[in-house]
Amino acid sequence: MFRLDGKTALVTGASGGIGRAIAAALHAQGATVVLSGTREAVLQEQVAELGGERAFYVTANLSDAAEADALVGKAEEAAGAPLDILINNAGLTRDTLALRMKDQDWDQVLNVDLSSPFRLCRAALKGMLRRRAGRIVNIASVVGTTGNAGQANYAAAKAGMVGMSKSLAQEAGSRGVTVNVVAPGFIVTPMTDVLPDAQKEKLTSAIPLGRLGKPEDVASAVLYLCSEEAGWVTGSTLHVNGGMAMV
Amino acid sequence: MSEIADKVKKIVVEHLGVEESKVTPEASFIDDLGADSLDTVELVMAFEEAFNVEIPEDAAEKIATVKDAIDYIEKQKAA
Repeated sequence: MFRLDGKTALVTGASGGIGRAIAAALHAQGATVVLSGTREAVLQEQVAELGGERAFYVTANLSDAAEADALVGKAEEAAGAPLDILINNAGLTRDTLALRMKDQDWDQVLNVDLSSPFRLCRAALKGMLRRRAGRIVNIASVVGTTGNAGQANYAAAKAGMVGMSKSLAQEAGSRGVTVNVVAPGFIVTPMTDVLPDAQKEKLTSAIPLGRLGKPEDVASAVLYLCSEEAGWVTGSTLHVNGGMAMV
Repeated sequence: MSEIADKVKKIVVEHLGVEESKVTPEASFIDDLGADSLDTVELVMAFEEAFNVEIPEDAAEKIATVKDAIDYIEKQKAA
């Protein structure tokens, strides 16, 4: 089950902890993967880690609209095949309480975390609709549903992503293209690894499954939604949060 | 038949997978050729690309038949 042989996937934010795990999971199931990110050296390393076969990378700065618009085409060029799967995983945070949040903090997060995924969806859908097949999985966050003090911008972008995905799912459904969301909870990545142990313990105590998430937990959910087996699932949000928020 | 009309017909045939004989000037994309709303959007985008014209949303909404498309594109090209 869940084989992706012959499929081509683009994973944005692939140099981060979760993106890396997603790319590895899709690749392990037979997909050709194109990794995109800003750090070329890291991407090169990952392609090598995947054995160099069926793996490519394209650098892109998704805060630039033109680069976001062009990325799907570049990925298809790199892989030498049309895109079957798009994973919008890239994102950034600019956390601060609203009173201290600058317009720039707001705009940058909305641009990279919401507008650029839309641009990528738009570009990818064009071919997917024509080919009558395709999978889009947008990586949101539990805070898009629950909110989080200090993350008004990020939570708004991630909630927006859910509404966007549901709309696209309705537009693309008649062509067999599915659009879904995976909303991770607290995942251990290099970014969160630096938190003090006391804080991690506190976080863990709020999780019924008794541990923080691993990038692989998210990757498995993404893999499912990319598979043929998930062919009747669209517009849904799969929460992967250890039970921290049961929504 | 003009070159534009020929090309429009070809795009419609290709895109909607209908027989060429059905693509008459009066044929409505939705009522006669089985297109849905997404098909019409895709057709408009295909016309834009093929003829290197921009068809704004309000004009696109008025393009219901093959003739509508041909007339609009011919007008744009003549302008």
